Amino acid sequence: MIGFLLRRLLAMAATLLAVCALTFAVFYLLPSDPAAQFCGKDCSADRIELVRQQLGLADPLAVQFWHYVTAVFAGRSYGTGQYAVQCDFPCFGYSFQSAQPVWDLMTDRLPTSVSLALGAAVLWLLLGVGAGVLSALRRGTWLDRTLMIGTIGIAALPVYFTAMILLYLVVSVAGLLPYPRYIAFGEDPVGWTTNLILPWIALALLNAAIYARMTRNSVIETMAEPYVRTARAKGLRERRVVGRHGLRPALTPVATMLGMDLGGLLAGALITESLFSLPGIGKLFADSLNKADQPVIMGITLLASFFIISSNLVVDLVYAWIDPRARLS
Amino acid sequence: MTSHPLLDVHDLAVEFTTEEGTVRAVKGVDFTVERGRTLGIVGESGSGKSVTSLAVMGLHRGATVTGSAKLDGTELVGAPDDDLRKLRGRRMAMVFQDALTALHPYFTVGDQIAEAYRAHFGGTRRAALARAVDVLGDVGIPEPARRADEHPHQFSGGMRQRAMIALALSCEPDLVIADEPTTALDVTVQAQVLELLMRLQQERGLGIVMITHDLGVIARVADDVLVMYGGSAAEQAPADTLFTTPRHPYTRGLLDSLPRLDAEDGAELRSIPGSPPSLLAPPAGCAFHPRCAVYAAKPDARCTGERPLLRTVADGHRSACVHDEVTA
Repeated sequence: MIGFLLRRLLAMAATLLAVCALTFAVFYLLPSDPAAQFCGKDCSADRIELVRQQLGLADPLAVQFWHYVTAVFAGRSYGTGQYAVQCDFPCFGYSFQSAQPVWDLMTDRLPTSVSLALGAAVLWLLLGVGAGVLSALRRGTWLDRTLMIGTIGIAALPVYFTAMILLYLVVSVAGLLPYPRYIAFGEDPVGWTTNLILPWIALALLNAAIYARMTRNSVIETMAEPYVRTARAKGLRERRVVGRHGLRPALTPVATMLGMDLGGLLAGALITESLFSLPGIGKLFADSLNKADQPVIMGITLLASFFIISSNLVVDLVYAWIDPRARLS
Repeated sequence: MTSHPLLDVHDLAVEFTTEEGTVRAVKGVDFTVERGRTLGIVGESGSGKSVTSLAVMGLHRGATVTGSAKLDGTELVGAPDDDLRKLRGRRMAMVFQDALTALHPYFTVGDQIAEAYRAHFGGTRRAALARAVDVLGDVGIPEPARRADEHPHQFSGGMRQRAMIALALSCEPDLVIADEPTTALDVTVQAQVLELLMRLQQERGLGIVMITHDLGVIARVADDVLVMYGGSAAEQAPADTLFTTPRHPYTRGLLDSLPRLDAEDGAELRSIPGSPPSLLAPPAGCAFHPRCAVYAAKPDARCTGERPLLRTVADGHRSACVHDEVTA
C-alpha cells in the first residue's frame, strides 16, 4: 500500500513537471513580452532589451525552465540592483503587472474558490444524489418523471443564465440576500453562508441535474444485479437490500465523478466567480487572461493540474477502500 | 409429522407486461417436491424454468403470479412480502448460477453468510460469523476461517459455488432451489458440486429443485423430471422413465442431441431444428410443432389447433403431446 502510494506520488510529480514544461513552452512561443510589461509603457527598445537580459528572458528556453522549476523550491530574485524583486519559496513566478509573487496572488484567492467549490459540492450532492436515488427506486412513477424532466430543464440552463436570474430575482427584486461578496468563514460564518448561497446554487444546479441522472441510472443498473437478487433471496429487509447491497456499489461511480469535478473546481469556477465578482482563483484567471499576465496564468494552470491530479489520486484511494476488487494485493 | 408435500405447486402462471405486450412466461405448471428428493426442471432459455423458481421464491419483480405454490402447506402466491421474506433464506433458499455475480463483490464471503444467518436468527455478529465458518467447512472449503475473511473474487469458480451453497444452507432450509448451479463451472468441478449437493441432501433431507438445461445433470441428480417448453410442461416423469421411454417429441429431441458413450461409431448428434418460440407471439396450438419431427413427418390439425394439455400416459408419467400414443 505504501509502495503504491509512493509510486502514485512519483507519477504525480512527473505529470506536474510535464504540465509545467508544456505550459512553459506555450508561453515562450506567445508574442506577449514580459520584459516590456516589467519596464512599463514609455520604454525604449534598448531599455527593454536590458530588462530582458536582467530577467534572464534572453536565456535559452531550457535554462529559463530550469530557473522556473528551481525557484519553486528555492525562490529566486528577478533583475538586479535597485529594480530587483524578490520571490520567496515557493516561487511560482512573479506578476510584474501586479508587482506580487504569483503564489501570494493565488493563496489570497484560494479560500474564496475553496468555499465556493465545497459548498456547491455539498449542495449538488444532496440534491442530485437524493433525487437520483428517489427517482430510481420509484422508477416509472410520476415522481420519477417529474424529477427527470426537471433535470433535463435544469441541465439546459447555462450557469451565467441561472446566475443572472438568481441575482435579479433574489437580490434586486425580493431583496432577500445581499449582493454576494466574499466574507471569510473565520470572520463571520453566517455572513460567509448568506453571501455564498446564490453562487453555490448557481454552480450546483447544473451538477445536481447531471448527478441526479447519473445516480438514477447507476442505481437502476445496480438494483438489477444478481447480487441484489441474492440479498433478497437471503430474506433481508428491503431497506437493507437497497441501502447496503444496492446503494453502495451504485454510488461508487458518483464518488469517482465527484472527485474529478471537485478537483477541477477547487482551482476556481471561472464563470461563477466572474458573474458574482467573487475574488477567487477563477476570477483571477479571467482577469489575468485579459491582461495577458503570463506568470499568473501559468501558476493557475499548474495549481489546477495539481488539484485535478491529487483528486484523481484520492478517488483511486477511496475506490480501493470501497471496492475490494480494486485493491492491489 | 405432516402429510403435505414439501413444495406443492399447482397451476402456477407468471405474466410480465412489457412495452411490446404481455409475456406469458409460465402458463400453468404443476409439480411437487418431497423432502429428500430432487425435482429436475429442464428446458431451453425462455422455457420458463427460472421464472418458475423465482415466482416460488417471491423474487419475480414486476411480474404477475397466479395459481398456487405451497411450502409445507403455507401458500406463497400472494402472501404478504414480509411473510415471504421470513421464509426466504430460512425455509427455502436459492443457489444461483454464477456465484461471481450472485455474491456481493464488496463484502467478505463470511460476512455475506453471517448476514443471512442474523437476518433470521439474530444474535451477535461474532456468533453469526462463527456459524458462517462452520457452513463453509461443511461444504468442503479448506481453511474456512481464513477463507471467510476473503472476498468472492479471491475464490476459484468451484470454491465460489461452494460458498454460494454454504450461503443457501446457512439457515438450514428445507427446500433448495438451484438454478443452473454448475453451468459456469468446469466439468470436473461440476461433478464435485453436484456430489456435494447430493451429500448435503442425504444428510439433511433437503428437497431440491434443480433447474438446468443439461440433461447430464438431470441424469445424475434428479428423482423426477419436469421438461418445460415455451412456458408450459411438455413432459413430467420419474427420471428413469423419462430417459428410457420419453413420450414427448421434444424430450426425445433433447435426448437425441446428447452425446452418448454407447453410440455406434459415426452416429451423428442430432440437434432440434429451429429456435425456442417467442413468448410474445407463441405459435398457435402446440408451442413445439414448428420444430417437431413428428409434425414435420405427418402434419396434424390437432397440433396447430389447441394447446395440448398434459395427459397421464403411464403411472406417474404425463406428456403434453397429441401423439403420445404413437410414441408409446
